[in-house]
Amino acid sequence: MKRVFVHEEWCLGCHLCEYNCAFANSGVNDMVKALKGKPVTPRIHVEDDGKIHYAVSCRHCENPLCTKGCISGALTKGDDGVVTIDHEKCVGCLSCMLLCPYGCITTDEKDVVLKCELCVKNGRGTPACVEGCPNRAIVYEEVEA
Amino acid sequence: MAVNYMIPSFEIERNDYRCIRCRVCERQCANSVHRYDPDGDVMLSDEFKCVDCQRCVCLCPTHALKIRKNENELRENANWKQNTILEIYKQANTGGVLLSSMGNPEPFPVYWDKILINASQVTNPSIDPLREPMETRVFLGKKPHDMTRDKNGKLNTELPPQLELELPIMFSAMSYGSISYNAHKSLATAAETLGTLYNTGEGGLHEDFYQYGKNTIVQVASGRFGVYKDYLEAGAAIEIKMGQGAKPGIGGHLPGAKVGADISKTRMIPEGSDAISPAPHHDIYSIEDLRQLVYSLKEATGYKKPVIVKVAAVHNIAAIASGIARSGADIIAIDGFRGGTGAAPTRIRDNVGIPIELALASVDKRLRDEGIRQNVSLVVGGSIRSASDVIKAVALGADACYIATSALLALGCHLCRTCQSGKCNWGIATQDPELVKRLNPEAGKERLVNMLTAWKHEIKEMMGLMGINSIEALRGNRMMLRGVGLNEKELEILGISHAGE
Repeated sequence: MKRVFVHEEWCLGCHLCEYNCAFANSGVNDMVKALKGKPVTPRIHVEDDGKIHYAVSCRHCENPLCTKGCISGALTKGDDGVVTIDHEKCVGCLSCMLLCPYGCITTDEKDVVLKCELCVKNGRGTPACVEGCPNRAIVYEEVEA
Repeated sequence: MAVNYMIPSFEIERNDYRCIRCRVCERQCANSVHRYDPDGDVMLSDEFKCVDCQRCVCLCPTHALKIRKNENELRENANWKQNTILEIYKQANTGGVLLSSMGNPEPFPVYWDKILINASQVTNPSIDPLREPMETRVFLGKKPHDMTRDKNGKLNTELPPQLELELPIMFSAMSYGSISYNAHKSLATAAETLGTLYNTGEGGLHEDFYQYGKNTIVQVASGRFGVYKDYLEAGAAIEIKMGQGAKPGIGGHLPGAKVGADISKTRMIPEGSDAISPAPHHDIYSIEDLRQLVYSLKEATGYKKPVIVKVAAVHNIAAIASGIARSGADIIAIDGFRGGTGAAPTRIRDNVGIPIELALASVDKRLRDEGIRQNVSLVVGGSIRSASDVIKAVALGADACYIATSALLALGCHLCRTCQSGKCNWGIATQDPELVKRLNPEAGKERLVNMLTAWKHEIKEMMGLMGINSIEALRGNRMMLRGVGLNEKELEILGISHAGE
């Protein structure tokens, strides 16, 4: 499957991916309207430590711990390999957050679990973080499992 | 000093409705212009630090930013322009020589813009480059004076070493030091893809780039940084740099702060030491001395590589070029006064040298008059901005053009002209690893290849409309050019007629 990868060598720590992600998943057609004055809850996070920057988002693991630990069956790994969340089923226990070894699951103010779904549900095709990265640090590539 | 006489050059206009406080501008500005104030939830800016590099403008996801010229005005004075006064304040503050970068920005005439190109109509057919083959390949080097035969009557076909270019454009010298590792890598890989050459400048050749040797011109300048046998043998040609258009007659100075481990190794100088290139080559005080260096370099490389001599366009350029054409050099590169630099004294950049258009026309004429034009190929640089500049240069007599500013623009340079600060926000003219990584050489290469591919298409289109299907047939073909708004002397030097004639 195609996955989002980050080349640390080229990640500048500009955090644009976070804003592009939050906007892409906002369902609003204007970034200002979507994000101005509101808490921004992206599904990708840039980890910064001095001179090292690295954008982290769901790895869509072969054997995801989050789906195993999900008590309501909201998190599933589909046939296409994408780990998705069904908000109808999610009860907000946040077990998945504790289980994810990469810290890639987050919540918004409504305690709804948010995670990277490779921009499949928002109908973009190419993930917004990849499209908006100014230095080609975030790529969307096919790799052998 | 309590009173600050300076005024910021730019104003930062932030559309507060659009600004979402993502702070990308703050993170991306190496000059620390932008700052977030959590107390008021506002973005603040220190306009004194802004150099108008446009990095924040380009990265702002909501297009909330504009950088404008500061409209604050000193009392109008036709003699004492605002900038002239501010430069005096600056020097009164610091006591230092003013430094600038890139090419001369002053409003001197741009002759390219006063020359128009001919087209075929009715009596001679134009050629459609999409239907018929068009040749943009050129060979640079010494050409035989006449045909000779051996004792068996067979033609002598042995030529002195030549450079083969797929299009009459090369990337001109920019040293590793003045520009970053990633900028060099972009140029080297793009030159390889395009079938042309890039130039190391005087900073030596990084060990990673020896693999691009056949697309590399290695430079030997007055500082002789990084010059040794393997270096000379690595390149396809060797260039002796006598001068540079942006700062003719003076040397260079790479501050010790930029001489990190990699640059120290490449330049073969101690880490942290200033890299000083003397104004003259201390072993060259005449054409005879130059000839010695040309032949030393040829001897060192087995007469397999053409030797280029690069000079700045100055007042007696035709006589100088005539001397160089007799020195054994294979190619003369002339750099006009609008050529760029990583740092030069402002007064020198803005006042020394002559336009490349005039220098080229007079050199080509002089060499033809003296019957030695075939001794050398002519390469010109110093602000070749587009395919039409290339066409005009070739028609004035150039074999090929050197481009550098255009190449840096393709890599993201916004001509803010503060390379000397070493804080290039685009990752080009800097050695700060945090900034260097901003130029992904994969993207850089792609943009350079795109630009020159586009130029090549345009060159073919323009050749076609003149009814010319080979760039060789355009060289020195001044009948294809007409001047507009030029006086008789200018037309005479350019060797072209006025439009309408």
